[in-house]
Amino acid sequence: MADLIARWQVWKRDPRVAWSVYAALALLLAALPFIVGATAGNAWVRILASALLYIMLALGLNIVVGFAGLLDLGYVAFYAVGAYCYALLASPHFDLHLPAWLLLPLGALVAGAFGALLGAPTLRLRGDYLAIVTLGFGEIVRIFLNNLDAPINITNGPQGVDRIDPLRFGSLSLAKTHSLFGLDTPALYNYYYLFLLLALLVIFISLRLENSRIGRAWVAIREDETAAAAMGINTRNIKLLAFAMGATFGGLSGGLFASFQGFVSPESFTLIESVMILCMVVLGGMGHIPGVVFGAVLLVVLPEALRYTGDLQNALLGRIVVDPADLRLLLFGLALVTVMLLRPSGLWPSPIRKREFAAGE
Amino acid sequence: MDILLQQIVNGLVAGSIYALVALGYTMVYGILGLINFAHGEVVMFGAMIALAVIQALVGTGIALPPAVIIGLGLLAAIPSCMLLGFAIERIAYRPLRHAPRLAPLITAIGMSIVLQNVAMIIWGRRYITFPALLPPGLHQFGSVVVTDLQIFIVLLALLLMAGLEWLVQRTSLGRAMRATSQNREIAGLMGININTVISATFIIGSALAAVAGVMVSAYYGIAHYYMGFMLGLKAFTAAVLGGIGNLRGAMLGGVLLGLIESLGAGYIGDLTGGVFGSNYQDVFAFFVLILVLVFRPSGLLGERLADRA
Amino acid sequence: MEALLSISGVSKHFGGVTALDAVDLAIEHGAIFGLIGPNGAGKTTLFNVLTGLYAPDAGVFVFDGARLADLRPHRIAACGVARTFQNIRLFANMTALENVMVGRHVRTRAGVLGAIARNRATRAEEAAIIARAQNLLDYVGIAARANELAKNLPYGDQRRLEIARALATDPKLLALDEPAAGMNAAETGALRRLLERIRSDGTTILLIEHDVKLVMELCDRIAVLDYGKKIAEGAPREVQRDPVVIEAYLGGALA
Repeated sequence: MADLIARWQVWKRDPRVAWSVYAALALLLAALPFIVGATAGNAWVRILASALLYIMLALGLNIVVGFAGLLDLGYVAFYAVGAYCYALLASPHFDLHLPAWLLLPLGALVAGAFGALLGAPTLRLRGDYLAIVTLGFGEIVRIFLNNLDAPINITNGPQGVDRIDPLRFGSLSLAKTHSLFGLDTPALYNYYYLFLLLALLVIFISLRLENSRIGRAWVAIREDETAAAAMGINTRNIKLLAFAMGATFGGLSGGLFASFQGFVSPESFTLIESVMILCMVVLGGMGHIPGVVFGAVLLVVLPEALRYTGDLQNALLGRIVVDPADLRLLLFGLALVTVMLLRPSGLWPSPIRKREFAAGE
Repeated sequence: MDILLQQIVNGLVAGSIYALVALGYTMVYGILGLINFAHGEVVMFGAMIALAVIQALVGTGIALPPAVIIGLGLLAAIPSCMLLGFAIERIAYRPLRHAPRLAPLITAIGMSIVLQNVAMIIWGRRYITFPALLPPGLHQFGSVVVTDLQIFIVLLALLLMAGLEWLVQRTSLGRAMRATSQNREIAGLMGININTVISATFIIGSALAAVAGVMVSAYYGIAHYYMGFMLGLKAFTAAVLGGIGNLRGAMLGGVLLGLIESLGAGYIGDLTGGVFGSNYQDVFAFFVLILVLVFRPSGLLGERLADRA
Repeated sequence: MEALLSISGVSKHFGGVTALDAVDLAIEHGAIFGLIGPNGAGKTTLFNVLTGLYAPDAGVFVFDGARLADLRPHRIAACGVARTFQNIRLFANMTALENVMVGRHVRTRAGVLGAIARNRATRAEEAAIIARAQNLLDYVGIAARANELAKNLPYGDQRRLEIARALATDPKLLALDEPAAGMNAAETGALRRLLERIRSDGTTILLIEHDVKLVMELCDRIAVLDYGKKIAEGAPREVQRDPVVIEAYLGGALA
């Protein structure tokens, strides 16, 4: 038995093994839309694309909450900024149809600027105050989006902006069906592939940031801000950097969301969204990139699975006691509470963070 | 001028309600250093429970004086909220008293969401109306109109605030609460049962919240499972404005915020030439919060703390 | 030769309490300067003002010929003043090596773009950071504990780690706040040798300490604070015999 374990240890570290695992994974991810589409239907492919979007969002928030330890409860504001940026400049609303290669980075940049703007006066506040201020900011953005339809119609108010242009890169439109190795890829699949590539990029950037001078500075600030400053870290700027980077990822995801859904309204950007993204980070494993990815996928897929509890209730009790749609948020809240009480380092924590929460502070 | 006075009256009434809720936030923050996000939901539960009782009584058709009906509603709401507040602290905060700062903040938000959705499941998503029980007594001062209800709310709020002031300054429990908020560890060493004091704080705050909930639903005529969120946020802003941890600060902050909101909403149209209307009312509280925290985080009555090493 | 650090007329009040009262000090290049005094005399407050945690109410710091005008902590560290803390403030959930690597932050440059691109320059800088950190751990004698979490280190090693981290900032002045607190005689002796080695390698040391033996053996000059005022300064032996100092510590003339 010990012999088998020893062989497994050696095998685990073989780079060729690592590469074949990655290759297999890549193949699986590439084939996934077709597999899922054929078995569970295209609705589930849509859910997968949504999950990839939330992976990007959760990783963005992870930089702020997980790495730097700043509780941001208004993260959805950056998502909204990116989404509306795209929506307003690529739809019949102002009759502007700027190209995607301009708008997606633009949305990200504008969101990043908002992040810096919000962070500049507020990042020196203590944790709880920062949480409430960011929450307030998230609400302010939503209220403004809801009301900026008079006297000049900027955002079209509660009705939102629809008929948003799909993404187009040069002559390659994601809305058209293309062909990949002889198989047809409808619009939905095209978006899935784009999201997959971008999610992988975001994961890559997060990993690089984690193991870098900046990443260490973030963790140092999280651990002991005073000591970090005494060691020469410009805490204000580094915190601002975390905020702005997180906001940038949020803004990018927003632009993608707008073009994917084709429609945005203030209703998509409520506090609940911010809390849900926070839930993904916390539940998955704060600061731990694989954990956060896991948390994002879990919290997108699980509520869909909850729909089936309706059938379950019918079967067991003869009627639906609790509408499955109502259960979703309740379970999020319960998840937040129970994770913090029972396993605060998250479902898939980094080995270090586990030790941090285990011993208390 | 008349509009101004009317807005002031309205602001004072709303402010009294904010003050009652703000007291709950400030007491908990003073003792635990924690923002009890779920407090707004306790207010909501107070409103919902009282309304359920009131509607049931009205539905039976028995002829009872309105005061009794509302009184019975309060009688049901207050103990329920006290129990709720107690339970929230025991379940979500006490186990995390020594955990990293982020942890109780997250459970607080989680509890808030749980409570909102439990209320939604129990009472549905629709607005629940407050039955037309209250005497429509009006008093006219010039062209300023003040209703009986408004007077009642302000008087009751003042009474409760005075009661709390007495409790905190003149009783041994109050002394224990003040000591614990100054220095929890030493208070414990001096023989004060910290857990009891903390539970009492939550219970008292929740009782005030229940009354505030009934006031809100009576004044605005409706209750709703989501009503606690905005109200809670504004009340917290009021607490910060007055100086978090400071009881008189919470009272002052509440009234001030009510006035700022009322006057702001009333005049913003004129001030901005029609660009922004009173539909931006909710934003005022947030801006006040941000301004206070950025420029004078200790609030109006708080001490200037140098939070240095 | 001009002093490395000259402190002139520095005062600090907290509400009604005067923590520092017009303190003047001058620390020469290459000295080991001791700061002693009864508890509450203002020693740590002086450190906190020097390193930018508090703003002084009056007074001037001149360090290495330049006025320390922008008194924010990270700027002061960049100028070359590094410190340790009375209550040990390590980054508890980072390893010893990572703690020291953070100390290199102020002397390195890689930003977000460098982190993401990991170009040759960034990789070289990272390698240099790791190498220097390992060297410093070795220098203070805890190389074996490089990959342990800081919070799991024994007390004496934590103190050394804090010194290593401070040294990583390449300071001209190393300000140590009670580095020997809680140490036994053997550990204190090892600390003394370490500090002498640091001095002979070119770093000036300012030291708050209560351990009289250490102060006598180690320091070239000491200053005594009492109730925020400097009441004596000079070579250790002189100060030890100064009646004003004795009274401050013992509260009355000796019989």
